[in-house]
Amino acid sequence: MFAYYLDLALRSFKRHKTLTALMVLAIAVGIGASMTTLTVLHVLSGDPLPGRSGELYYPQIDPQDARGMMPGHLPPDQVTLIDGMNLLRAKRADRQALMEGGSVPIQPDSSSLDPFYVEARYTTADFFAMFDAPFLYGHGWTGASDEAHARDVVITRQLDDRLFNGADSTGRALRIGGSTFRIVGVLDTWRPNPHFYDLDTGAYDYYEQVFMPLQTALELHFDRNGSVDCWGNGTGGVEGGAYPSATCAWLQFWVQLDSPAKAAAYKTFLVHYSEEQKALGRFERAPNVRLDNLMQWLDYNGVVPDDVRLQAWLAFGFLLVCLINTVGLMLAKFLRRSGELSVRRALGASRCALFAQLLTESGVIGIAGGAGGLLLALFGLWMVRHRTSDYAPLAHLDPAMLGVTFALALGASLLAGILPAWRACHVAPALQLKSN
Amino acid sequence: MMEIRPILSTLRRHRVILWLLMLEIALSCAIICNGVFLVVQRMQHMDMPSGIAEHELVQIQQAPITPPPDRYARAQEDLATLRQIPGVQAVGMTNQVPFGGASSNGNVMLSPTQPHRTLSAAEYFGENLVPTLGLHLIAGRTLRPDEYVKVDMVIKALADGSSKGFPMPMLVSQALATRLWPQQSPLGKLLWLAPTASFRVVGVVATLARANAYNTATAQYSMIIPLHMGADKDQSYLLRTRPEDRQRVLAAARTALEHADPGRVVTHARTYDEIRSDYFKDDHAMAGMLVSVIVAVLLVTGLGIVGLASFWVAQRRKQIGIRRALGATRADILHYFQTENFLIVTFGIVIGMVLAYGLSLWLMMHYELPRLPLSYLPIGAVALWLIGQAAVLGPALRAANVPPVVATRSV
Repeated sequence: MFAYYLDLALRSFKRHKTLTALMVLAIAVGIGASMTTLTVLHVLSGDPLPGRSGELYYPQIDPQDARGMMPGHLPPDQVTLIDGMNLLRAKRADRQALMEGGSVPIQPDSSSLDPFYVEARYTTADFFAMFDAPFLYGHGWTGASDEAHARDVVITRQLDDRLFNGADSTGRALRIGGSTFRIVGVLDTWRPNPHFYDLDTGAYDYYEQVFMPLQTALELHFDRNGSVDCWGNGTGGVEGGAYPSATCAWLQFWVQLDSPAKAAAYKTFLVHYSEEQKALGRFERAPNVRLDNLMQWLDYNGVVPDDVRLQAWLAFGFLLVCLINTVGLMLAKFLRRSGELSVRRALGASRCALFAQLLTESGVIGIAGGAGGLLLALFGLWMVRHRTSDYAPLAHLDPAMLGVTFALALGASLLAGILPAWRACHVAPALQLKSN
Repeated sequence: MMEIRPILSTLRRHRVILWLLMLEIALSCAIICNGVFLVVQRMQHMDMPSGIAEHELVQIQQAPITPPPDRYARAQEDLATLRQIPGVQAVGMTNQVPFGGASSNGNVMLSPTQPHRTLSAAEYFGENLVPTLGLHLIAGRTLRPDEYVKVDMVIKALADGSSKGFPMPMLVSQALATRLWPQQSPLGKLLWLAPTASFRVVGVVATLARANAYNTATAQYSMIIPLHMGADKDQSYLLRTRPEDRQRVLAAARTALEHADPGRVVTHARTYDEIRSDYFKDDHAMAGMLVSVIVAVLLVTGLGIVGLASFWVAQRRKQIGIRRALGATRADILHYFQTENFLIVTFGIVIGMVLAYGLSLWLMMHYELPRLPLSYLPIGAVALWLIGQAAVLGPALRAANVPPVVATRSV
C-alpha cells in the first residue's frame, strides 16, 4: 500500500511542480538554518571529557579582604599561589593539579628553524592522569619532579612533528627560554573543547603545545597568560619581572573526586581550610566556598556565547515560519485535489487510507526538504568555519546531528501534513463529485 | 473605494488558511522587528568611538627569548630605534589599546577607606600616549617625562604598604571625570586605586575607549598613568604614520627591532584597523546572520503568499468570471485581491506587534538586551505590507485576466 501511496505522491508532485518545489524549498531553508545553528550550539556546549567530567571538580575559596564584602558575594574564579600550593599539598582529593597558562620561546637546535613562541601550561604531576591526556611516547613527570623544580617537559605531537619530524623524542633535550629541558613525554592529539581547565586563556580552539612543572616555570620567571584578580594592595606583576602578589588570584586548581560522598567531604574540607586560614589571620571573610563539577563550572562561566544561543533561537523561529508556510501550501494543494480524493472515497477508500496517502506525500516532501536542508546546513557550517570567531574551526556536523536533521525534517513535515490531510479527507465526496 | 464587506465574508469561509497566513505574517513581523533592532544595536556597538587616530596607527609586539638585563633600558632603546624609521610621526608604548581585548583595569575609589569600589576603569600605562594615539586633551595638561616612574618601584611601594611617591599624576577620560565628579572640574581631584595608592588628575582627554568595552555605559572609563613598564611580551609599541605608509612602516619596524636584537620574536605586527575589526568580528558576523534571517523570512513569507493567492485565484475562477460578466472591470478584480491581501497582512501585523513585544520581553529576560523601542514596530509592518503587495500582484493580475466567458462554462 505504501508503495502505491508513494507512487501517487510522485504523480502529484509532477502535476504541481512549482507548489511542491516551494514546499521543499521552505522546509529545506528552515531545516538548513536551524541545523547550522543547532550544530554550532551542540559543538560548543559539548562535554570536553566524556566519561570523566562527572568526577572533576573546581574548588573555589574566598581569600579576599573584608573590604567590599557583600552577602551572597561569589568567591574569586581562581586561587592565589599560597592557597593553591596548600590545597595541592593537602592531597585530600583522589588527584589534584594546580596550573597556569603561559607562553614560552622554543629555541630549536636546527639552524633552519628560527626561535618561536608557543602556548604553554605550567602545572603539576597529576594533570595528565586526571584529565585523561593520551601519551604517544613516554609519560608525564612525577610529584618528585614538581618538588625538585625539575627541567622536565611534555610536548604535543604537533610540536614533536615540527621539531623532530614525529620521531620519539623522549629523553632528548629542548632549549626553552634559555634553559635546557628534558622531554619526558609526547602527548598524542588532545583537544578538549571547551578549553575547560582555563577558560581565561581561550575558551575554544585553544591548545597548549608545551607542559612543564609549575614550580620550574615560576623559578625561571616564564611569562604567564590569563586573568589576575587582585585586592588590597595587590598588583598583577610584570612579565619577566614579578608574578602577581600574594593578594591576587591567578591560578586554576582542579581536583578529581571519584564519588559524590568524596565531593561532599572535600567541600567540608574547603570550609575547614577557610576557617583555619581565618584563624591564622590570612583570610578575613567567613568561609565562602563552591565546588562545581566540570559541566557545572562551564555553565557557571556561561562559556557558550550568548550570540550562539540567540542564533539558534532565531533559526528555530525561522523554521516555524517556514513550517506554517508549508502547512498553508499543503492545505491549498490538498484541498485543490478534493475532486481526486472524492473519487477515491467513492471507490471505497476509507478516510484512514486517504489520510495515510496524504501523510505519505508530506513525508516525502519532508525527506526531500531534509536532504536539501542537509546540503544547506553543510554550506552554512562551511560559512561558519570561514568566520573568524574562536570557535569557527569546530563547526562540523557529526553523525548524531545528521540523524537529528532528518528526524527534524521528517517530523516537521509530517506535523505540517496532519492538519491539511485531516481537513482534506473530510471532504464530502458526493457534493464534490456533483459539483464537478 | 473598495467594498470591504464582501472580502471579509469570503475570508470567513477560508478560516483555516486565513489563520495560517495571519500567523505566519505575525511571526515574521515579530522576528523582523526584533531582528532589525538587534542589527541596529550591533551596528551602534561596532561604531563605538575609540578616541584615537585609528587609521594612522600600527602596533608591534615583541617578546624576548631571554629577558633583557634591563627591561627599561631595552624599552627606551627600542623606542629610539622606532623613532628613526622614515615616515613615523610619533612613537609610544602602552600596555593595552582600545578594543585590543587583553585589558588592565583598576578599582577606582574616591576615598582610601571606602568599603566598595566606585567603579572599574581601564588603566593605560605607557609612554608618549597622548600625541601618539592622537588623543584630544580638553582640560589641564599632559604628563611630563619627569613624572614617569618605573613599575618596579610602584609594585614595591604597594607591597610595603608605603604611600611614598603618591599621589601620582594621571589623566582621565571625560566620561570617567563626569561620572566621578559630576558638575565639577576634575582637575586636582584625588582618587585611589589601592588603599595606599592615590592619584591626582592633571588633565582630561575627550575620549579613550577601554580594551574590553563590553558595556557601552562604561566603555569610555579610562585613566592614563605615567609608568615605565619596560619591554615585555604584554607591551605594545605604537607608531603613528600616514595611512598610506602603514604597511611600509610596519615592515621597517619589524626589521629594525629584529636587527637591534636577533634574540627576540616579533609576536604581532598589525595596523590598528585590524585590531578593531578583530574585536568586533563576532558582532559583524551576528549582524550578517540577522540580516540574512530577516531577508529569508521575508522571502519565505512572500513565496507563501504567492502560493496561497494562486490557489485562491484558481479556486475562484468561476466567481471571478461571473463578476466580470456582471460588469466588474479588470481593475476591480485586481483591487479585490490587493485589498484582500492588505487586510490579511494588516490583521497579521496587529497580532505580530503583540508577538514582537512579547518576544522582546522574553529576550530581555534571557539575554542582556534593552526593550524593543516602539518605533521599530512600523518597520516590520511596512516591510510586510510591501512584500505582501509584491507577492499578490502576480496572482491578482492572473485573476484580472480571467475572461467573463468562464462564467458560462461548467468546468
